[in-house]
Amino acid sequence: MYDVIIIGGGVVGCAVARELSRYRCKTLLLEKTNDICNGQSKANTAILHGGYDAKPGTLKAKFNVLGNAMFDRLHEELDVPVQWNTSLVVSFQEDGHPMLEKLLQQGIDNGCRGELRIIDREELRRREPNIGSTACEALLVGAGGIVCPYELTVAYAENAAMNGAEFQRNAEVTEVKKLANGNWLVVSSIGSFETRAVVNAAGVYSDVFNNMVSENKIHIHPRRGEYYILDKKYKNVFHAAMFQLPTKMGKGILIAPTVDGTVLVGPTAEDIEDKQDTRTTAEGLAKALREASKTWEHIPTRGFITTFSGLRSTGDTGDFLLGEAEDAPGFFNCCAIESPGLTSSPAIADWTAKQIAGKLALETNPDFNPIRKSIPKFRELDDAQRAALIAENPDFGKIVCRCETVTEAEIREAIRRPVGALDVDGVKRRTRAGMGRCQAGFCTPRTVEILAEELGISPLEVTKFGGKSYLLDGYLFEEGKNHA
Amino acid sequence: MKYELTCINCPMGCRITADYDGKEVTNIQGYTCARGKAYAQTEITDPTRMVTALVGVEGRRAPLSVKTRSPIRKPLIFDALDVIRKTTVCAPVKIGDVVIENLLGSGVDVIATENVD
Amino acid sequence: MRNTDILIIGGGPAGLAAAVGAYEAGARDILILEREERLGGILKQCIHNGFGLHTFKEELTGPEYAQRFIDKVEAYQIPYQCETMVLDVSPEKVVTCVSRKNGLEHIQAKAVILCMGCRERPRGSLATPGERCPGVYTAGTAQKFTNLEGMMPGKEVVILGSGDIGLIMARRMTFLGAKVHACVELMPFSSGLKRNIVQCLDDFGIPLLLSHTVVDIHGREHLEGVTVAEVGPDLKPIPGTEQYFPCDTLLLSVGLIPENELSEMAGVEIAPSTSGAVVDESLQTSVAGIFSCGNVLHVHDLVDFVSEEATKAGANAWQYVQGSLPESGRKVPVQMGFGVGGIVPQFVSDKAEGNVSFMFRPRNVYRGARVIVELDGTQILSKKTMILAPGEMVNLSIPAEKLQPLADAQAITVRIEVPEA
Repeated sequence: MYDVIIIGGGVVGCAVARELSRYRCKTLLLEKTNDICNGQSKANTAILHGGYDAKPGTLKAKFNVLGNAMFDRLHEELDVPVQWNTSLVVSFQEDGHPMLEKLLQQGIDNGCRGELRIIDREELRRREPNIGSTACEALLVGAGGIVCPYELTVAYAENAAMNGAEFQRNAEVTEVKKLANGNWLVVSSIGSFETRAVVNAAGVYSDVFNNMVSENKIHIHPRRGEYYILDKKYKNVFHAAMFQLPTKMGKGILIAPTVDGTVLVGPTAEDIEDKQDTRTTAEGLAKALREASKTWEHIPTRGFITTFSGLRSTGDTGDFLLGEAEDAPGFFNCCAIESPGLTSSPAIADWTAKQIAGKLALETNPDFNPIRKSIPKFRELDDAQRAALIAENPDFGKIVCRCETVTEAEIREAIRRPVGALDVDGVKRRTRAGMGRCQAGFCTPRTVEILAEELGISPLEVTKFGGKSYLLDGYLFEEGKNHA
Repeated sequence: MKYELTCINCPMGCRITADYDGKEVTNIQGYTCARGKAYAQTEITDPTRMVTALVGVEGRRAPLSVKTRSPIRKPLIFDALDVIRKTTVCAPVKIGDVVIENLLGSGVDVIATENVD
Repeated sequence: MRNTDILIIGGGPAGLAAAVGAYEAGARDILILEREERLGGILKQCIHNGFGLHTFKEELTGPEYAQRFIDKVEAYQIPYQCETMVLDVSPEKVVTCVSRKNGLEHIQAKAVILCMGCRERPRGSLATPGERCPGVYTAGTAQKFTNLEGMMPGKEVVILGSGDIGLIMARRMTFLGAKVHACVELMPFSSGLKRNIVQCLDDFGIPLLLSHTVVDIHGREHLEGVTVAEVGPDLKPIPGTEQYFPCDTLLLSVGLIPENELSEMAGVEIAPSTSGAVVDESLQTSVAGIFSCGNVLHVHDLVDFVSEEATKAGANAWQYVQGSLPESGRKVPVQMGFGVGGIVPQFVSDKAEGNVSFMFRPRNVYRGARVIVELDGTQILSKKTMILAPGEMVNLSIPAEKLQPLADAQAITVRIEVPEA
């Protein structure tokens, strides 16, 4: 018997799990795939939005601004990389000024913190010398920042697990039923569980669960966005996250540095049907490149290290759908969470947990420890720190991923931690091994070996992202089987 | 019979044609230099290939690389690979050690091409 | 801090030959740092034959070729340290490295030879659309899995790119029981050796689809197939030419990139045309006492030429340490004329002695062309060739006296002259 079952291990589900662990609350998070942070949370723009974009009075506006203000503390408590590098919304047309004014006013109305003003062509060029020649002026958003979405999600989960929340992966929820005693029965691929409350944080599938229990039917459609990542050597081309002022032709393409020093270009926005269709397309990639070249003329295509796409959970109202379903007491929705969902996640989780705590009359957990330390990032340390780590654990002296300078010790720890990595992509998200310019060409064989060793399985059973995503097909010699 | 082949001696990759009646190669055409003509002659009458492959090593997953000491007749390649594939050796092995003697009666040995301690 | 005369970064073919070259020139205080468990670099996994015809006058496999040099390193008792990763090289030639055994070390060298080799271009850099499923490997990664780890990536294979590694892997996968359905090449010609096309593809009836590319990758949890289309002269896919190949493995052989991250840390100037260091005829980079050779300098076609170049770099590094390397005087730039892509060296010192060798890759396939070298517009070499192709490097050796007078020269130009149609 649980107090709360959370469906979905994305950034919102994991944040809610952490917030609930502030209470004496028996929490179980069920994630369908082989890892947390495996959907929308792993494939987005990684931006901390300032809060000027959403219409005043919406949930998006409210939680964006609240969430944004929480990231300094998250950075301190969870050791998650956050950089306040500002955002610039650049107008590329002479008549864009009224629209910039409108965004500025919206930001003021929403209660955006920090600097918020329109800068002219000269200041824009001084701040960002590589901006395209047709740029006219821009809205400067001081509260704009960047964050690592994987580490944020993993950190929420690790901290929740440290404080008692349970996590199950490869646990697909198939049914949610109201019981006669007022509790809920959650039926999943790993068994059925009774719980006092349910949190629906199922991303693009959250409409399915809402519609199982509520007469207020909702519809979430996936909106696909395609992206490029450029090599670290272009790290300093832009300092701020460079938005384009939305026009009748579209919302524009963003170019933003990431906290890891790469550069992200994207996303496109395409409404699709299939909730698993994360393909990239020739048309989408071409469009992203074409539009981005307004911001960055002559983008060096040789600098691309990878492309990817992500699905946003777009609802019908244009706003988040949050809170207890009116006709399903104890069933709490966190639905239609698209941009600015990442920025809003701590505030949404805080609010949702408080709602649940009130409903279930949860007591405060006196043992709650908000502190989570990151896996040491060897690549960011100085020589003395590196020497000390190797002295403590020689595995820090073995570099596995040479492009990102990731050590064997980091990879082993990523697997051993609570809610640890179970596959190659899980190792990648937790350590950056394989995310660099060679895109895992050199380190894959060793990462596979380490996963097999740590998980006590054969290298042939190691997957890229769970399911049947095996990397290898068989041994060349019978002898291999005995020496896996 | 009409033969058509690509010369491998240089990047020209001359397309050479020739006739072969089972005894003699005649009407060799399309080559640019003497090496091309000679290549066509042997490639048609008695094509041979060096075969490099892997054998198992007792007690470990990593295989041992091997090669035929000299080229073997081309039609023999897949039979040879079948024999090589079924072979397992014990360490230590030194480069040049004979792994299979007289492969399929060809008179050619299969030898190790790396050291295993 | 540890000290050494000559520090060599990388224990592959270039590093081994550089060490041997330095020793044979007289150096005794040499150290090789290698990141993997054993010396030999990429040659360890290149178990096919065809190496060493120039160097040893016989055809060896990769491991055998490497062992010849390793045996010399052992015989000369040149120290080497494996499982050691270099993290930084300073312009003052202080090298920072880490290993399980020695922790973090700083080593002050009098000369450094950069021998880090190259890496394969990954799928991401091609921006090939489709699913991001497992089953897509660079040819070299697959080669490591089969030849060194004893594991098969899959059984139904398509190869994108017809570089030599791709061709070699087509044969290897066939030998290991897989079915290779096609080798797909974007360009109208293959950059692989003719011998490899015949002996790795033709021998097994594997089609080589020139002017084709992979336009879509299918399979959600694992690769299930690829869509291949023909490309036009603009290298863009032609609609309507798509064909589907079921496969569980896509191997990429689409180019190699010199790994110059450490070179850049040391402040070494990089040439855009080779993606390697800018060097003079002694293989010294823009930072005095730092030399570069092998595939980190420019991607070679034959390992024999890597060994030759690295031996020279080793000997020159020793000269530098002794202070006997001719003081590099004024540098005369080497310009790339028509048809010449990525030339090494980029500069010749006006004090150059002996033979000066130039290496470059032709930009295209040229038949019956001449390779011409000019000094300030005056022809000093004109060499007739049967065929030039991007897959095979052109090697020129010019006696220094022919390059005179260098003292006031403005430029050396190397170009290709194609006969009029």
